[in-house]
This record gives sequence, C-alpha cells and structure tokens, in this order.
Amino acid sequence: MTALTASVLSAPSAAPAADAASRVQSVDWLAITPVVLTAAVALVVLVADLFVPQRRKPLLGWLSVAGLAAATAGLVPLRAGDRATFCLTTDPGACSYTADHFALVIQFLVLAGALVTALLSVTTVREARMPAGEYWFLLLSSAAGAALLPASRDLATLIVALEVASLPAFALVGMRRGDRLSSEAALKFFLSSVTATAVSLMGVSFVYAATGTLHLTQVAERLEDVPGQLDTLAMAGVALTLVGFAFKTAAVPFHFWVPDTYVGAPLPIAGYLSVIGKAVGFTGLILVTVIAFPAYSDIWGPALAVLAALTMTLGNAAAVRQSADRPNSAVRLLAWSSVGQAGYLLVPIAAAAYSDRDQIGSTVAYALMYAVVNLGAFAVAALVARTKPQNRISDYRGLYAERPAAALALAFFLLCLAGLPPGLIGLFAKVTVFRAAVDAGLGWLAVVMAVNVVIALYYYLRWTALLFRAPQAPAEGARTKAPWPVTAAIAVTAVIAVVLSAAPQLVLRFASGGLFPQ
Amino acid sequence: MIDISPSVMQFLLAFVVAAPLLGAVAALLPAPPGLKGKSPEQAVLRHGVTVTGVILAAAVALALGFDHDAPARFQATTDISWIPALDVRIHLGVDGISLPLLLMTALLFFLCALYSYFKFPEGPSPKAFVALLLVLESGTLATFAVLDLLLFFLAFETVLIPMYFLIARWGGAQRQAAAWKFILYTLLGSVVMLLGLLLIGLNSGTFDMVALASDNGRELTHTTQLLAVLAIGIGLAVKTPMWPLHSWLPDAHTAAPTVGSVLLAGVLLKMGTYGFVRILLPVTPDGMATFAPYLGAFAAVGIVYGSLACLSLARKGNKGDLKRLIAYSSVGHMGFVLLGIASMTPTGVNGALFANIAHGLITGLLFFLVGALKDRYGTADLDTLAGATGAALYGRAPRLGAFLAFAAVASLGLPGLAGFWGEMLALFGAFEPARGLSRPAFLTYMAFGAFGTLLTAAYLLIVVRRVCMGDPAARPEHPSGGAALELADIQRHEFAAWTPLVALTVLAGLWPAVLLGLTDPAVQKLLAGGNA
Repeated sequence: MTALTASVLSAPSAAPAADAASRVQSVDWLAITPVVLTAAVALVVLVADLFVPQRRKPLLGWLSVAGLAAATAGLVPLRAGDRATFCLTTDPGACSYTADHFALVIQFLVLAGALVTALLSVTTVREARMPAGEYWFLLLSSAAGAALLPASRDLATLIVALEVASLPAFALVGMRRGDRLSSEAALKFFLSSVTATAVSLMGVSFVYAATGTLHLTQVAERLEDVPGQLDTLAMAGVALTLVGFAFKTAAVPFHFWVPDTYVGAPLPIAGYLSVIGKAVGFTGLILVTVIAFPAYSDIWGPALAVLAALTMTLGNAAAVRQSADRPNSAVRLLAWSSVGQAGYLLVPIAAAAYSDRDQIGSTVAYALMYAVVNLGAFAVAALVARTKPQNRISDYRGLYAERPAAALALAFFLLCLAGLPPGLIGLFAKVTVFRAAVDAGLGWLAVVMAVNVVIALYYYLRWTALLFRAPQAPAEGARTKAPWPVTAAIAVTAVIAVVLSAAPQLVLRFASGGLFPQ
Repeated sequence: MIDISPSVMQFLLAFVVAAPLLGAVAALLPAPPGLKGKSPEQAVLRHGVTVTGVILAAAVALALGFDHDAPARFQATTDISWIPALDVRIHLGVDGISLPLLLMTALLFFLCALYSYFKFPEGPSPKAFVALLLVLESGTLATFAVLDLLLFFLAFETVLIPMYFLIARWGGAQRQAAAWKFILYTLLGSVVMLLGLLLIGLNSGTFDMVALASDNGRELTHTTQLLAVLAIGIGLAVKTPMWPLHSWLPDAHTAAPTVGSVLLAGVLLKMGTYGFVRILLPVTPDGMATFAPYLGAFAAVGIVYGSLACLSLARKGNKGDLKRLIAYSSVGHMGFVLLGIASMTPTGVNGALFANIAHGLITGLLFFLVGALKDRYGTADLDTLAGATGAALYGRAPRLGAFLAFAAVASLGLPGLAGFWGEMLALFGAFEPARGLSRPAFLTYMAFGAFGTLLTAAYLLIVVRRVCMGDPAARPEHPSGGAALELADIQRHEFAAWTPLVALTVLAGLWPAVLLGLTDPAVQKLLAGGNA
C-alpha cells in the first residue's frame, strides 16, 4: 500500500504530460503479496484485538506468526526474480517496486527473521503482560516496512519504507510499561532516528533538485552529467542521503543509541532491531549507493570504507570492555558486538565502489549468516533471562551443566559470530567479506578487519568458555521448563546454522552471482 | 609397497581426515551398551585410544599403499567441489612431503591418547578432553592432506579452539593467560595469512595448490608475490614460531598439560613450516627469493636466541622450568628448519623436512619425559629438582634417567640419531644457497647456526648433568612437605608410549634414506614447479 501511494506521488514528476488513460498503472499483485499480506495481517490483528476477550489474546500472536509464515511462503512463487510493478507508463524500465533476486533474498531475511522474533515474543508478551494487539500490530507493520524497503526502487518509496519500518520500532522499544529504562530507551532511539531520517530526506530533496527524478535508475543516469552549478548540491545530497541509512545500520558515529535501546527493549525486540533493523539500514545503503549513486562512487566509497573501519573498531573495543558482572552485560555485549558486525557488513559495500565485480553479494551472504546466529543468540538470552533476569554474562557460567542443549547452541552461535571452526558458516562468511576487500584493493581495510576479528574473538570466546565452567553455586530450586516457542526458535536457528556450516554454498552463492538484473 | 586400489587409497585418506570428527561427536554421546567399561570416564578414554588407533592403522595402510616409486606425484587424491561460490574444493592428496608428517601426526595422537588413558591430567571430565583431542587431530591431519588454499586456512583455524580449551582447562599454573596468548596470537597470524591466500587466489584465479604450484607464480606480478609472501609468511611464522614472533610459545608449552605440550611441539609447530614448503616455495618463488635472506637472518637469530635462553634457564639458581626450557629449545630447532627453507635449495628443504620430523619425535619424547618428571616431583623447576647435587635419576630411577639422557643427546644432534641429519642438511643448504641469494649472508647464517649447535649441546648436557647425575643419597624433600619423595621408575604405559618414539629416532638416524627418499623427489619437483 505504501508502495502504491509513493509511486503515485512520484509518478507525475517523471511523466509530466500524459492523458488520463495511460496514467493507470497495472499492479502485479503476486509480486507484492509478501508485503501486502504482512500489512493486512497487521491491520486484522489490530481490529481483532478490539473483539477478542482477554484470555484469548494469545490467539493474536499465533495469527501473526501464521501471517508471517504465509508472507515468507509468498516469496516462493516469485523465485524467478523477474517481476516488477508500479512502473512508469512512459518509461516501463523505471519501476518503483522490483522483486529481483536481491529484493527477494532480503525480504526472506526480514520475514523469516520477524517470524523467529514472533516465536520468541509469544511467551514474552504473555508473561510481561504487554498489550497484545498493539504489540503484534507494531511488529507486523515494522516487518512490512522492512520487507518493502529492499524492493523499492525510487527514493520516495525508500524513505516511506524506512519510516514504516522504524516508527513502530520506537513504540516497540518502549513497550515495557512502567519501566523507566524502557521509555528512556524509546525516547533516545526516537529522537536520534528522526533526526537522521530528516537529514536523509533533505539529501533526497537535494538529489531530486539536481536530477529531477526519484527513480533510482534514472537518478543514476542523470547524475552522470549534472550541470556544473548543481554539482555541489548533488554531492551534498548524496552524502546526506546516506546518513539515515547509516543510522539504521548503527554505523559509527550513529551508533550511540544501540546499547541503551537494546537494554531497554524487550529481548525479542532487541534481537529484531539487531537483525531486521540493520538489514533495513544496509539494504537502503546498497540501493542508494550501488544503484542510484554509482556516479559518485569516489565520494561514498572512501567514506563507507572509513565508516566501516571505525564502526568495527569502536564496536569491538566497547564490547571487550563490558565487565561480566554488570547488570544487562549480556545484552550490552550483544549490542556492541552487533555494532562491530555492522562494520563487517559495510566492507563489501565500500568495496563495490572500487571494483567492477558485484561485491554487495558478500554483504547479503554475511547478513544472512549474521541474522541466523544473532537471532539464535538472542533466543538463548531470552531463555536464560527467564530464570536470571539480570542478564549478566556471569549468569551464563555453568549453563552447560544446567541446560546442555541451549549452552551448546549458544556456543555454536558465538563461534559463528567470531568466525572460527566449528562455526564454519561464520568463517566462510568472513572469508567472503575479506575477499571483497582484497579484490577491491582495500588492503588497509582488510588488515583493520583482521585485527578486529582477533579482538572480537576475545569476548566471544570468553563468553563461550564461561558456559562450560563449573557452576558457581548449585542450581537453586527446580529447573523451570523452557516454553516451547522459545525452544523452537533456538532449535530452528541452531539447525539452520549447522546445516549452513555443512553446506555454506546455500548462502554463499549470493556472494558470487549478480543479484540485480543487468 | 603393497598394491592397494586407488579408490581404497582415496577412502583411506578421506577417512583419516574425517573420522576423528565423527569420533569427537561420538565421544560426546553416551557409550552404547556393551562398551560401558568400568566407568563413563574409562569408557570415553578408551574410545579415544580406539579412534586414534584406528586412524593410525589407516595412516600406516596409506603409507604402505603409497607408490614409493613416484613420491613426487599426489596420490590418493579426492577432488570434489564444496563451495563453488568461493571456489573451495575438497581437494585431498598426499605426496612425499606430506606423508611422513601425516604418519607422525597419527602416531603422536595415538601415543597421547594412550598416555592419557593411564595418566589423565587434572581437570574436568575426560569426555570433553577426548572430543577436543579428536577435533585437534582432524584439524592437523587435514592441514597436511588438503590441497586447496582456503581449506588449508580452515584446517589451520580448526586447531585453535580445541587447543585453547586443552590448555585453559587441563593446564597447569597461569593456564588462562597462556591459553589466551596462544589463541589471540595465532589467530592474528592466521587471519593475516588469509589475506595473503586471498591475494594469491584472486590474482591467479584458482585456489588449487597443485595448479598454483605447477604455475610457479607465473601468473602473479612481483608486487603481488611480495605482499602475499609477507602476509602468509607472518601467519606461518607465528605458528612455527620464528623469532621474534615466538613469545606465545614458552607460556603455552609451560602451562599446557603434558599431552598438550607434546602435540603443540610435535604437530602444531609443523603446520607452520609445512605451509612454507607447500605454499610459499612453489607458488610465490620470486617473492620468496626476495624475503629469503631476511627469513634466514631471523632463523639464525632464533637458533642462537633459543639456545641462549635455554642456557640461562639451565643454569643453577635461575629457577628455570624444564618445560619452558624445552619450549625455548623448540624455537632454536625450528630456526634450523626455517634456515633450510630459506636457502631454497633441495638440500636445505630436504633438511628442513627431515628436521621437522626429527623435532616432532624427539621433542615429543622430551615433553613426555618432563611431564612424567613433573608428575613425580610435582614441579618441573630445575633448581628444585636438582637440589644441591642433582636429581640423580641414574641412581634413583635408572630407566627414566636413560630415556631422558637419550632424548637429550638426540635433541643435540648426535650423529646416528634423527636430530643430526636434518640440521646438518639445513646447514649444508645455507652453505650453498640457491642462485640469486647472497652467499656471504647465508654463510654468516650458517656460522650462526653452527655456533647454535654448540650452545644446544652445552645446555642439554647441563640439563642431563643436573637431572640425571648427582648423589642418590641426598633425597629432596617432597615439595608439599613431609617425607622424602620415593621415585617410581618407568611404568608400563609410559614404556608403551615412549618406545615407538625412541625406535623411530634411532631408525631415522641410522637410515635417513627412508625419509629422504620420500621427500627428495617431491622437493625437486616443488622447487622446479611446472618446469620439471
């Protein structure tokens, strides 16, 4: 729906004079099913919330889970990757919504990630007594926005999708009623995010002023020969547009909101932000840089490379400094580590500026790996937080003795994040990123990343080692049974991570082939 | 020697690499009925002995089926595509260079498993110990068997986590710090190595070692070769270790449990030197030729430095730890290996490969012996052991003393034992380095190396004098106080674990052709590249 409005908004600008009949765009409903279905289920949940009695509220959760599963399944008929809709009637090549392979892969990441988040949330919503209708509506709306973003191919749709993905997230972060930390986190997140989006919007308007179009492909063409007096404007526009997306990716210096927001948010939402939030950010970055602004690659290339180096270094340095005994240190560590990981995600995008080969596939492959194992780590954290609500890293000591399966799964996730065997998929995902950097001649960035991998190993392995230590005190009381949705989320992510480790090609094939139609 | 069909050979090699992993998974599962043993601990330790034993048998079968008339050819090869996106192929194969290392690795792991069965190090349950040991075995065997650059990197990384936990969980004093130092240091090295490997692979369009070796670096520009050698060389040099990148090694060896020290010295260090021979020499000969004089210089300094450090540790009153001393002696011995490689001649490289095997056997034995001493005395501190007159092992535990004296003279390079040939050939190589390398520089290194052998002899003889000789009547107090310490002589299981090493040391010393006949054709082909 948002795509529809956006493209109606943008269409007149590009097609000034045409008769009424040729203005009607035909809509390929199948192509937009995944997004529309998610949004529709969101509305259904919101309305149904008014009529469902209190004790039946969990039904809303299951409806949302089913909706997300159906939306994910809706990607299957599109797998040929040749559909596009909301195209200009005057120029069928310029479409606002394209379901190419890139869009489909990211949509799969977003929807499947949201599905895992929803599984984790079922228990959290019930136990924390959060308002079910609002929670599920917001989660689904945000997922719909995030799913729209990778398919949008004009700047207006892109910004709208970014907002649809972000706005509900602010409210979700503040969901923990009466928790001062939660509202503070929400406010922090909201203010900084809105500023970033506003800056982005200004950038878009500059670009529009310089090129007279919003469609990414047309922007790319017209940026090639911008008139001399508009060159500065275009350049500023390019730089400012990147800010909003860099913020969502949590790249330094737009990272400061991350730890507090993650700590304040309900755990499933923290996991959601760390994976889907980031996916939104780097997808937007890829679209604007690689598709819309290739003409200015000499500007954003070095900028992104420096940004990547700073992001990984700062994120990892802060993660190393987390002391294990502080309350919430586990979530804080995951938050900072996600900042560090964002740095790795940026490397291939920066490399895309320097070489002809399609480098961004490495980002996509890395993001898929990261999504699986990071959501898995958050799922285990959610499980542990049930008995040890302080979320300290030291609470994980001796987890193996208490819950062997969960401890082994977490150890595997952490080693995947660190990129060491037995976490083979993590290792090879890092290799593809390194490969992109070396291929593009960004040797210095590769060396910075190498040092960062070592720093990161220190905190990941410290945590892993703690899992297998003898527990400090004998477990008090009876072991509580894990709720099955959480168990299912851990099991699903663990199985996927193990399967991918045995057959990395499943994910890495995106790193070698071109994801965009040429 | 015996005729084994190629498909069986293929299977044997794949089995040797993969079976330890399956064994590791099996070790974590509860024992099946009928194999429960006396206790779960005993059952899992026995499982470790069985698996490593089967692998050793498979490796021996592989060696028997190996066509000894064509050691330069890769045999038992498997080549399957695994990750087409990264051009990673499961390409396995052995030739005359890797076969001896493969055999030695399988043997040392079997002996270590056997030793732990009878003498389990203090620490948490043996279940994890056996599983980690088997993962470690798979990683090391894979390093010597793979023929794909990225797979080599993978195998290189596989050993890190198991070794970290072996040191951090079953080690001695200061084990946490030592384990961290080990893993962070070597990880940094291997990630830098990855950059070099990628540089080679991307610029020449293949990650296949066989194709790259027969190309002999013709596809690569000089700058690329220089960068690649620098990056890969640093990674391998950390592992080897080359002075001045060795500082993780003494701590790791000192803190590791006996079995861990044996494997670190006997197997893990060889991964570094093997990488030099297998990757850098054939793939980037130009870059290697530029860096060879520097490598030789570092090697020569390492030889002298290692020996001097050992001399200082061996002196009375310096509170030298025997394990640390042997660790430093490894720095010296690996210096000879690197010097042989740096000479870039068939003689030098053959010497390096020989010294590799010899060091694995002899230093493995030394660490076993020192571990046994530490178990008996509760300390490996040389001053405490020796007391006023010397520990007098000859008088109090004659067999143990004899073994120790044997290992020490083997280590100092007595002709007729394994330690002699490798170091002599390495020095010969340095005497006449490959064309294009500065002869005066290498003659200097050779002089340093020769001086190092003297120093080596000096400290090892001091150790023998202080530990084996002395007054048997002057019994030291037990460190924990109380009655004087009774020393047990060699037990049966110790005898079983050590005798094969002694026998092979003698065999390789008296009949070096058995090794050189394997390595020489392969080395000739390696250095000549596609021209052979």
